[in-house]
Amino acid sequence: MAALTKKPAGTPAGKPTRAPGRTSRWLRRNLVVLAGLATLGYLILPNAVVTVFSFNKPNGRFNYEWQRFSTDAWTDPCGVADLCGSLSLSLEIAFWSTVGATVLGTMIAFALARYRFRARSSVSTLLFLPMAMPEVVMAASLATLFLNMGVTFGFWTVLIAHIMFCLSFVVTAVKARVMSMDPRLEQAAQDLYATPLQTFLRVTLPIAAPGIAAGALLAFALSFDDFIITNFNAGSTVTFPMFVWGAAQRGTPVQINVIGTAMFGIAVLCVLVGQLVGGRRKRS
Amino acid sequence: MALIGTQEEPPAVTPAPAAAGRRGKLTPYWLLLPGILWLLVFFAAPLVYQASTSVQTGSLEEGFRVTWHLATYWDALTEYYPQFLRSVAYAATATALCLALGYPLAYLIAFRAGRWRHVLMVLVIAPFFTSFLIRTLAWKTILSDGGPVVSALGALHVLDLTDALGVTEGQRVLATPLAVVCGLTYNFLPFMILPLYGSLERIDPRLHEAAGDLYARPLTTFRKVTFPLSMPGVVAGTLLTFIPATGDYINAELLGSTDQKMIGNVIQSQFLRVLDYPTAAALSFILMAAILAMVTLYIRKSGTEDLV
Repeated sequence: MAALTKKPAGTPAGKPTRAPGRTSRWLRRNLVVLAGLATLGYLILPNAVVTVFSFNKPNGRFNYEWQRFSTDAWTDPCGVADLCGSLSLSLEIAFWSTVGATVLGTMIAFALARYRFRARSSVSTLLFLPMAMPEVVMAASLATLFLNMGVTFGFWTVLIAHIMFCLSFVVTAVKARVMSMDPRLEQAAQDLYATPLQTFLRVTLPIAAPGIAAGALLAFALSFDDFIITNFNAGSTVTFPMFVWGAAQRGTPVQINVIGTAMFGIAVLCVLVGQLVGGRRKRS
Repeated sequence: MALIGTQEEPPAVTPAPAAAGRRGKLTPYWLLLPGILWLLVFFAAPLVYQASTSVQTGSLEEGFRVTWHLATYWDALTEYYPQFLRSVAYAATATALCLALGYPLAYLIAFRAGRWRHVLMVLVIAPFFTSFLIRTLAWKTILSDGGPVVSALGALHVLDLTDALGVTEGQRVLATPLAVVCGLTYNFLPFMILPLYGSLERIDPRLHEAAGDLYARPLTTFRKVTFPLSMPGVVAGTLLTFIPATGDYINAELLGSTDQKMIGNVIQSQFLRVLDYPTAAALSFILMAAILAMVTLYIRKSGTEDLV
């Protein structure tokens, strides 16, 4: 199972005479490991490049070629006009769409997981369709609606759009968790004279919490990183991805890489801390 | 469900179950109402609205009116069919590559990683949190002319081969189909790996041992046991990769040239630059219909209906 740790034992260091046979056998046995690690390299490579180029000092407006080492961008991350404004706007939109999508999505997930009702299959289809639809189609159609209703594009249209496309993902995440929950726990709580509200707050919610958290995290990531739907529905509002898109045409400041690197670092740190806490809780 | 306890309660409470029953009947609808309403108003209604826009004629100044001008569809198809075909071809290639690249990694994480499993999982998900536009721009650096990758491919005569195949041009990778497909593959790879991992992880490792005990060779075990059991992940992964890849216009815009424009690029420019809303609506309607048809066929054929 632990092929990664077995690696040194498998290398033909001890018996050089039989090396070819052993090497090929070792290679055949660990081919999948090597292929997997190669894919991982492919996935990580751009992040490495983003990080390295956050220390670049480019000559022109574009940060695509390595010139010389500099920490200028790191000491002045907001040095480019509108960059940090777009970042905080993106965070704000991501926060509110996470709240909106998580509340609405959790309610739907509970209804689907706990109750039998008519129109169940239509509801499932309606929830599945946004995930099975290219973003550009949703983006264009929603923008057509807004346009014809005479709605001004901006913060609110982006927020509405983000809640719309994050909703289904939250439902999927929460529903999976609620479905796998033992209903007898709630029955036990009620047998012990807990009111429905107490049962929900003290039993149901804590058990469903990991699913809700996963859904919320997904919604935040999707909303924060969304470009296509925002592109159609933002008007002149500039979110962070919109800023990067514009920069790709006008010239890419190094600060973009700084923010990309910081985001990556924060994400890894959060997950590691989360797992550390989770692991400790499991042990105790 | 809630009635088990109430049977032994004092009679004073007996009306409660009836009330709870009626309330219970309505509860799912109250829970569904806000979210479903949101989807109906901001997802379903726009699609209907778009269908009507696609048969309108007019201009920005005079306004658009429904005239059942179906020729818009015909014109859109005849003018932009290369972009349609290109989108499907690029997306299909990228999906196949994602499956080929993603499967070993998902397998590695599920069966061979041991205590490294969580670390590998983090490394798969973490890139998500760096804006994908920034990461796509990084490919511009990686694939730049005269960069290490292109030099190495040139020295190994790989570029001669790809030039001959028509996927690259003039010994460069940027602004060629190869760059766009490479970007698409990269961007949607996690969407393939996660469902694959999800279905592989559920496989009981004892099944592998059993296959081995029955003298199945590793390849046979994979073909007869592992792969069939991972089919739900394969189906979900290919859909989650193919659908967004077909409609994508970011990779074609950032890594391709005008010869690699996909249908998403056309819709975007028709909508946001040319302001020809009927054509944009017709194009996205055709795209949606084509994708729904392909997805339905694919799901029928692979026999997994329960995707949500």
